[in-house]
Amino acid sequence: MSGLSPIEPVLLARKGKPDSAMIETYLADGGYASWQKVLGGARSGEWTSAKVTDLVKASGLRGRGGAGFPCGMKWTFVPPKDKRGDKPVYLLCNADESEPGTFKDRLLMETDPHQVLEGMMLASFALEVKHAYLYIRGEMVHAAETLNKAVAEGYAKGFLGTNVLGSGLDLDVTIHRGAGAYICGEETALIESLEGKRGQPRIKPPFPAVSGVWGSPTVVNNVETLCCVKHILDRGADWFKSIGRNDRNTGPKLYCISGHVEKPGVYEAPIGVPWETLLAMAGGVKGGRKLKAVIPGGASAAMLTAKEVENLPMDFDGVAAAKSMLGSAAIIVMDETTDIPKAVTNIAKFFAHESCGQCTPCREGTPWMHKMLKRLVDGEGRKSDLDLLLQIAGQMGNGMTICVFADAAIAPVLSGITKFREEFEAYVAKSHHPDFTLAAPEDLTNKVADRTAAGIHS
Amino acid sequence: MSGRQQLPVADPAQNPRVGERGALSCGRALSFSREAHDDLERLVARYPTKQAALLPTLWLAQREWGWISREAVDYVAKLLDLSPAFVWGVVTFYTMYNRAPVGKHLIQICTSISCHLNGASEVYTECRKRLGDLKPGETSADGKFTVVEVECLAQCDKAPAVMVNDDDHFAITKDKLDTFLKGLT
Repeated sequence: MSGLSPIEPVLLARKGKPDSAMIETYLADGGYASWQKVLGGARSGEWTSAKVTDLVKASGLRGRGGAGFPCGMKWTFVPPKDKRGDKPVYLLCNADESEPGTFKDRLLMETDPHQVLEGMMLASFALEVKHAYLYIRGEMVHAAETLNKAVAEGYAKGFLGTNVLGSGLDLDVTIHRGAGAYICGEETALIESLEGKRGQPRIKPPFPAVSGVWGSPTVVNNVETLCCVKHILDRGADWFKSIGRNDRNTGPKLYCISGHVEKPGVYEAPIGVPWETLLAMAGGVKGGRKLKAVIPGGASAAMLTAKEVENLPMDFDGVAAAKSMLGSAAIIVMDETTDIPKAVTNIAKFFAHESCGQCTPCREGTPWMHKMLKRLVDGEGRKSDLDLLLQIAGQMGNGMTICVFADAAIAPVLSGITKFREEFEAYVAKSHHPDFTLAAPEDLTNKVADRTAAGIHS
Repeated sequence: MSGRQQLPVADPAQNPRVGERGALSCGRALSFSREAHDDLERLVARYPTKQAALLPTLWLAQREWGWISREAVDYVAKLLDLSPAFVWGVVTFYTMYNRAPVGKHLIQICTSISCHLNGASEVYTECRKRLGDLKPGETSADGKFTVVEVECLAQCDKAPAVMVNDDDHFAITKDKLDTFLKGLT
């Protein structure tokens, strides 16, 4: 059996079950078995934090938040006890799901919050964390309520609190609501925000694993990543590794498919299934129309043409080989009716609005790009605009800024203009704006004279 | 926020919008209700620093008064031993703290890419037009509606996604706009 054969839902196994968010149904479905197993073996030394970390490392799990960084390796960056002094270690669950096109974490939190919590508990055990925080975006009011209820149930059942299940270990979990800022999904911005500040990314190093929230070693993991941890503890690293395209892309994956498809939604499949499999799961392109372009990993990812996406393995390495990224697996489908310049303008507007304002290339570059694109689609474009846009984009990314937001902002613009240039040029051709020509020298002289006469130049 | 009485602005002639840059005054000193005070105490105990409770405390303030006034900023700053300038800096960084009173129904229309591909930008324009040519973030004269454009609400499979106060509404296309608005009484 290949790692890409269809699988029974793992992360979404409990979706749609009655009262799936309640602890009773979660326990009835075998939930918290791993948490009890690990805690039960903590005193005897049968289960140690190193053992949990090694399992996660062996599973090949890569972070599901966007960057695809190996999860187990990230955990090992936390300094050992003798090096970190009396500083506590913090685990932050990143639930600031804001990348346009992404809606998987919301589903996990709303339908199966205990799965998320158990993942947090197991990661906390591995990292020797005593207080874990879940940072949820402000807009998800009801998901936050569901989580708070789940946390209260966890305390009531003794899965959280002091001396959890007689293990001698303490663990608290707090749900923390953001207040509307895309950038808080960037891990150091999230840390700043949790500390009660404006969510502006920090300069690295130091990396959060060494000095994160409140100056303590901190690990930030995405919701889906932590859910995977729970299943790795349930079923083992080999099982997890048996799913997926190869050793570098393992496990079940949630794909958010939206835009021009018949059945938009969250679909679970082995990571690395070909593009066509996913499109078929979502019922194909809307109205049977032809595919024009696909954004494979949320608004930050470069667009792919219908041709480029053919037979593409939808995993971290597969999409990277096509010079885009899997990101949060937010797949936005655009059919033949899509106006690409307008779509790019829409995305540029998003980034102009969400730039945190800290670094000049990003703060100034994102609104500038949006302004030019807007006037282009409004029929006021200039011939030189397209090359100027590419030039601005070239000055914003590749390490010119503290975080990768600017790189994310330019990816859709660069890919849109390069791959669909004729659509942008068609707008320029229709433009009402006359081509810029130099006025004759005598005109200029007259103008200067007029201005002087008017007292503008003294 | 949901349907609560909004604290009025001291100078109603200002007709302010939600995204106001300068702190508006409500004209009187504020303090939390007993309930909010108890919530605050529980909150602060969850963090190693008082400052970390700032975002949740601002949520409490918004629950109490509907929006964040200059006086609310002063009060929250005092509660958490921070400067008012710092608190205002945080308030203005995040989009969800209202910087002016909002209507009974705060209509938040997502126009990000997936919703845009499903006609959300037209829905946003049309919605404001039908409610009396409202400017972005402006509140209707009867105090019932405020319409704002928001970024991705993580409901891309149910586009166009709209939030009214704290509640999610799905697939609000242009032809469903009438029924949708009639439902907001």
